[in-house]
Amino acid sequence: MSGFSVTEPSKRQKWFAGILVITYAMVTLMPLLWIIATGFKSPEDAISYPPKVIFEPSLEGYVNLFTTRTRVTTSMEETLLPPETWYDEIARDSGTVISGPTRYGQRFTNSVIIGFGSTFFSIFFGTLAAYAFSRFRVPIKEDLLFFILSTRMMPPIAVAIPIFLMFRQLGLNDTHLGMILLYTAVNLSLSVWLLKGFIDEIPLEYEEAALIDGYTRFQAFYKVVLPQAATGIASTAIFCLIFAWNEYAFAVLLTSGSAQTAPPFIPTIIGVGGQDWPAVAAGATIFLIPVMIFTILLRKHLLRGITFGAVRK
Amino acid sequence: MAEFTLQNVSKSYGDQVALENVSMTIPDGSFVVLLGPTGAGKTTTLRMVSGLDKPDSGSVLINGVDVASQSPSQRNVAMVFQQYSLYPHLSVRDNLAFPLKSPMLKTPPDDIIRIVDKVAETLQISHKLDNKATELSGGEMQRVSIGRALVRNPQIYLMDEPLSSLDAKLRTDLRVELKRIQESLGATMLYVTHDQIEAMTMATHVGVLDHGKLVQFGTPREIYENPVSIYAASRLGIPKINIVPADMFPGAPSGAKSIGLRPEHIAIGEGAEGFVTRVEYLGDQTRLHLSVGPNDIITLADPHSTFRKGDKISISPKQNPIFFDASGARMN
Repeated sequence: MSGFSVTEPSKRQKWFAGILVITYAMVTLMPLLWIIATGFKSPEDAISYPPKVIFEPSLEGYVNLFTTRTRVTTSMEETLLPPETWYDEIARDSGTVISGPTRYGQRFTNSVIIGFGSTFFSIFFGTLAAYAFSRFRVPIKEDLLFFILSTRMMPPIAVAIPIFLMFRQLGLNDTHLGMILLYTAVNLSLSVWLLKGFIDEIPLEYEEAALIDGYTRFQAFYKVVLPQAATGIASTAIFCLIFAWNEYAFAVLLTSGSAQTAPPFIPTIIGVGGQDWPAVAAGATIFLIPVMIFTILLRKHLLRGITFGAVRK
Repeated sequence: MAEFTLQNVSKSYGDQVALENVSMTIPDGSFVVLLGPTGAGKTTTLRMVSGLDKPDSGSVLINGVDVASQSPSQRNVAMVFQQYSLYPHLSVRDNLAFPLKSPMLKTPPDDIIRIVDKVAETLQISHKLDNKATELSGGEMQRVSIGRALVRNPQIYLMDEPLSSLDAKLRTDLRVELKRIQESLGATMLYVTHDQIEAMTMATHVGVLDHGKLVQFGTPREIYENPVSIYAASRLGIPKINIVPADMFPGAPSGAKSIGLRPEHIAIGEGAEGFVTRVEYLGDQTRLHLSVGPNDIITLADPHSTFRKGDKISISPKQNPIFFDASGARMN
C-alpha cells in the first residue's frame, strides 16, 4: 500500500465532507421518507397539491392494504352494529365496512419464501462453485466463468418468453419452486463471481495446514475456509436477496396467483374509487422491512475487515 | 515414528525444476537437516514427504511402503510451515488444539487441555493462549506454529525454518528444547534451516541441496570434513571455508583448480605472504581477515594475538588441504 500519504484532514475538510455526506443521504433518503409518510396519509392528503409535508397521520392506508371493503350508505350504516375493532372504526369513518382480508399477507409470505429460498441456494451452490473455481484445476475454467457471467448480460425480458414456455411444460408456472429455481439461476452468476473473489483472497496455506492437521479436503473447506469467507458470504447474500426481493419482470410474467410475490401485487392495490396511494405506500413500506433487517443483521460481517497477518507474506 | 525414503523424486512447477532425481533415506528417529539457499528444493522436499504435493516421478515410501495415494492425514505427518499458517479465526488455544480435535486423532477434551497447556509452556506462550492468532507478534506466531506440530505424535515432524523469526535467546532455548523433545520421543525429524549452528547442533544427518539436486547426504561431521564439492563445503562453517587458487601452496595434484581451507586449518608463520586487513576480536577467538595476493582469506588467531591491521603475515595449510577441480568437485 505505498503511494498514498495519509494525513489527518483539516477541520474545514471534515466539515465539507460531512455536509457532502449528509446532503447525499438526504437526496437518497427522500423517496424512502416520502413513501413512509404517504403510507400514513389519508387518501385526500396523499394526492393533494401542493404536497402536504405536515399532515394528520392516519392508519387508513394500512387498513386498506390488508382488507377489502364495501361502501355503505349513511342509512345502511345506521342499521349496523357499532364497530368492534380499531380497524373497523377506521373503515367506518370513510364510509365503508370491512368485507374480508386482502391477499397482501399471502403475497408477502411468497416474497419471503422465494427471496430467502433463492438466496440460500444461490449462496450454497455459489460457494461450492466458487471454491472449485478458486482452488482446483478446472478444464476451460476461464470460458466457464465467462459463460456464467454472460447469463447476466441480457435483460430478463429477453429470456422471459422461453422460460415461460419451459415452465409451462414443466408445470412450474406460478409455483414457489419455479421462482426459487429461476432466481437462483439468475443470482448464481453474481454469487459465483463475488465469492470466487473472496475465496481467492484466502491463502491456500490454511487449507494445507488443515490437511496436515488430520482433516480431509471437505473438512478443511468447512472448518477453515468457510469461517474466513463469512464476510464475503454475508455481502453476497445481501446482494442476492435484494435482487430476488425486488425482482419485478419475471414475477409479473411467471406468477399470477398462489406464488405471486409482493412487487407485482403492490401496484394492483386499488381502493374504492381509484388508486389507493396510501395503501400502496403502506405495502411498499412493509415490503422494505425484511431486507432492512437482513442487512442490519449481517452488517457486522460487512464491516469486519478481511483477516490479515496470520500468514507471513 | 517411521523411516521415510525418497526414491528418484523429481518435481517441476511450470518450467521451474524444484527437485531432480532426489533419493534419500530418513532413518527412523533421525534428525535430518536440509541445507541450501532459497530455491534449492528444501521446502519442496518437505511437501513431497508430507503429501501436500505429489512427485512428477519417483516415489515416497514410509517404512518401505509406497504412499503415493495417501493424503497428508493418512501419512500422519506434522508440519511447521514457513509462513506459520495459523488459523486466523481461532484463538491460540484452538489453533493448538486443532490437530487434536481432528477426525484422525479425536482426542478426549481433558487430554487436549493437558497437552495444549504443556506445549504452550514449553514454547513460552502460555500467557497468550486466549489471544486471537492474529493478535501475536511474528515470533509468537512462529511458536504457535511449532506448537501445533508438537501437540501431536506423528510419523515424522517436518519443520520449515521454524526458528527463523525468533530473537537470539529464544532461538537458542528452543533449539535445545526441540532437540531434547526429538530425542526423548525418538521422533523422526526433517528440518529446513539456513542457520548453520542449528544444522550442526541438532542434525544427525545433513542433506545438501543445490538447484533441486541432493549433492551430499551424511552426518554433519562428514559434510564438514569431507565435502564433495566447493558448494557442499560452503554450506557449513562460520566463517565460511576459504577457497584459494591451487597454486598458492605447493603440493596440489595436477588438474586441481582450487584449495579449500577452513579458517582453523591455516597455520600462521611461514608460507604464502600477505597482510592483515581487519582484526575481529570475539572474546574466545580472534578472526583475521587477510589479503594474500588477490585473495581474501579469513583465519583464526589466538585470542591473545597482537596482530593489527596492516601487519605482514605468512600462512600455510595446517593439514592436508582439500583440492577441487575446475567444476568445483572434490579431488582427494
